[in-house]
Amino acid sequence: MTLASKGAAIDIRGVSKFYGNFTALDDVSLRVEPGEFMSFLGPSGSGKTTTLNLIAGFTDLSTGEIRLGERSIGHVPAHKRNIGVVFQHYALFPHMTVAANVAYPLKQRGMGKAERAQAVEASLRKVQLESFAHRYPSELSGGQQQRVALARAMVFNPSLLLMDEPLGALDKKLREVLQLEIKRIHRELGSTFVYVTHDQEEALVLSDRIAVFNKGRIEQVGTGHELYTAPQTLFVGQFIGESSVLRGPHRSAGDETALTLGGATLTVPGAAKGEGPQVILLRPEAATVQAPGTGPRDGRTNVVAGTVREMLYLGSAMKYEVALAGGGHVIARTATQESPFAIGSPVEVAWNPKDSTLLADDGSTAAL
Amino acid sequence: MRLRLPRLLLGLTCLLIAVWLVAPTLVVIPMSFADKKSLAFPPTGFSLQWYENFFTNPQWFGSLVTSAKVAVMVALVATVIGTMAAIGIERMKSRTGGLIRAVLITPMIVPGVVLAVGVYAVYLDTQLVGTWAGYVLAHTLLAIPFVVIAVGANLAVFDARLETAAASLGASRLKTFFTITLPLILPGILSGALFAFVTSFDEVIVSLFITSPQLKTLPVQIFSSMTRDADPTVAAVGSLIFMATSLIIGLGLIFGTRRRGA
Repeated sequence: MTLASKGAAIDIRGVSKFYGNFTALDDVSLRVEPGEFMSFLGPSGSGKTTTLNLIAGFTDLSTGEIRLGERSIGHVPAHKRNIGVVFQHYALFPHMTVAANVAYPLKQRGMGKAERAQAVEASLRKVQLESFAHRYPSELSGGQQQRVALARAMVFNPSLLLMDEPLGALDKKLREVLQLEIKRIHRELGSTFVYVTHDQEEALVLSDRIAVFNKGRIEQVGTGHELYTAPQTLFVGQFIGESSVLRGPHRSAGDETALTLGGATLTVPGAAKGEGPQVILLRPEAATVQAPGTGPRDGRTNVVAGTVREMLYLGSAMKYEVALAGGGHVIARTATQESPFAIGSPVEVAWNPKDSTLLADDGSTAAL
Repeated sequence: MRLRLPRLLLGLTCLLIAVWLVAPTLVVIPMSFADKKSLAFPPTGFSLQWYENFFTNPQWFGSLVTSAKVAVMVALVATVIGTMAAIGIERMKSRTGGLIRAVLITPMIVPGVVLAVGVYAVYLDTQLVGTWAGYVLAHTLLAIPFVVIAVGANLAVFDARLETAAASLGASRLKTFFTITLPLILPGILSGALFAFVTSFDEVIVSLFITSPQLKTLPVQIFSSMTRDADPTVAAVGSLIFMATSLIIGLGLIFGTRRRGA
C-alpha cells in the first residue's frame, strides 16, 4: 500500500440529480483544490448532502461528470472510489471492536496482519483513542465514537475525506473541541476535505473556502471573509453572519444607488443588481446608534431615525435592535457605553455607505 | 385485609392457568412409565419397557431418524430461501414488496387440510408421495413464512446505513453482506432456522397425506399408533421430546442472557 497520497482535486461539472420530477441538484459545477478544506453550507434540502453522496457514490448521477484527480468517478461503484467518509450517525460496526472497525478498510485492501495492526494503532493515536482499541462502540461516548469513525475513514490514506455533518449529534462544547481536532488532522494528513454542515459558524471556523447551497444550486463559493464582506446574493448575506435588510424604492445614478426608506435617503456604492427590487444589507458592527438630531458625522452619511426596541448587554459589546420610523429594523452592535439608550427611546442609526452592500432582493428572509 | 383478598384471588387464578397450560404435558410423563399396555392415568405400575420399545422398534426409532433428517434439511433450505426473500422484500420498500411478503406468508394462514389436499394432488402426478424430496418440499413451504417473519423483524431494526459505510471503506456488496449484514441479522436467521426445524418436526397434516409405509415421520407414526391401539410408547416419545425441548430452550435462555450480559 502506498502511503499518504496527498490530497486530490475534485471537479464537479454540470452535475444534476433528479428524483422523478423533483430536482435535488440543478446543474452544479465546482472545483475543490488539492488539500483544500471545503465546506458545503446550506439549509436542509439545499443539495449539499446530495452533492456529497454523489461524490461518495452513494447515489447515481443523473447528468454531469465528477472527477477525482485525474480519474472520472461519476460511474465508479462506491467501494472502488477510495474516498473516506465520516457520517453524522457514526456508522460504526456494532459487532466489531474499535480496532476491528478501524482495520476493516485495510482488510478489504488485503493488507497483511502486522502492517494492519500498525496502521490501526497509528490512526487511533491520531484521534487519541489508542487505549480504547479493544472496546466495543456501544461502550464509547458519542464523541469517542465519532473519533473512531474518523480514524477508520482516514486509516487507508484516502486522497479525499468527506464528512456529512459529523458533529451534528454532539453538544456544543464537544463540537468545538472536535472542530479543532478535525482542523489539526486536516493539516497533518494533507488530504482534501469536504465538510457538509448547516452551521455557518462551524463552516467559518473550519474551512479554507465555503460553497453556499440553496435550493439545489450553489449561490456562491468563497472564503469566509469573502462571503461575509462581499455576499453576491441576499441569501448568502443572510445565511452567513448577522445582518439587517433594508427594503425600499431605489434609484441608480452611475456608480451609486439610493434607496428611500421613510423620509431618509440611503446611499450605497454600486449600480442596481438587475431589474427587480433592491435591498441594502447592513452588518451589525457597521451601524452605530446615536442620539436623535446628531446627524451625519465621521463619514456616516446614512442616517435613519428609529426607536430602541431591544437592548442587549453582551459584555464586550452591546446590541441594539432599532425599529425604524420608515418600517423594518436594524441590528447594531456597538462598544459598551456608560449610559446606554433605554428601550423605547428615540435614536438615530448611522453608517458609512461603503460598509453596506447593495443586493438584488431574492425574497430570502433571515435563516434563523 | 381489603387489599389481600384480591391479591390472593389473582395469585390463585394465575396458578390455575399455569396448571391448565402445563398439566396436559406433564400427564404424559407418568403415563410413559406404565406397566400395562394402556394409556390410563394414573398408571398402575412402573416400567421402562415403552422407552425400550421406542429405541429398539425400527418402526418408532426409524421414524424419529426420518423426522430429524427431514427437519434438518427443511431448516437449511427454508432458512436460505426465507432469508434471501426477507432481504429482497426489505430492499424493495414498495408495494410490490408487501405483496410478495403476503404471498410468502400464505402457507401459514391457509388451513392445513386445504394445503395438504393440494400438495397430495400434485404429488400424485409427480410421484413425490412418500419420498424424501416430497417431505422436504412440503415442509419447506410451511416453514418459509416463519423464516421470513423472523429475519424480517431483525432486518427492520438493522441499520442499513452500515452497508453504505462498508461500501465507503472498500467492501463490495457481497463482502458487505458476509461481514456486516449477516453477523448482525444472525439472531433472526437462527431463530428462523429453529422455527423451520420445529415446523417440520411437528408437522402432521400434510405428512399424513404424503406418507408411505416405507417413509414415515414421527408425528405420522404417533398418529397411526394412536388410531390403531393404546400404545404407551406414544407417552414415552412425548416425554422424551418434552425433555429435549426443555433442555434446548433452557440452554438457550442461559446462553442468551450470558451473551447479553457480557
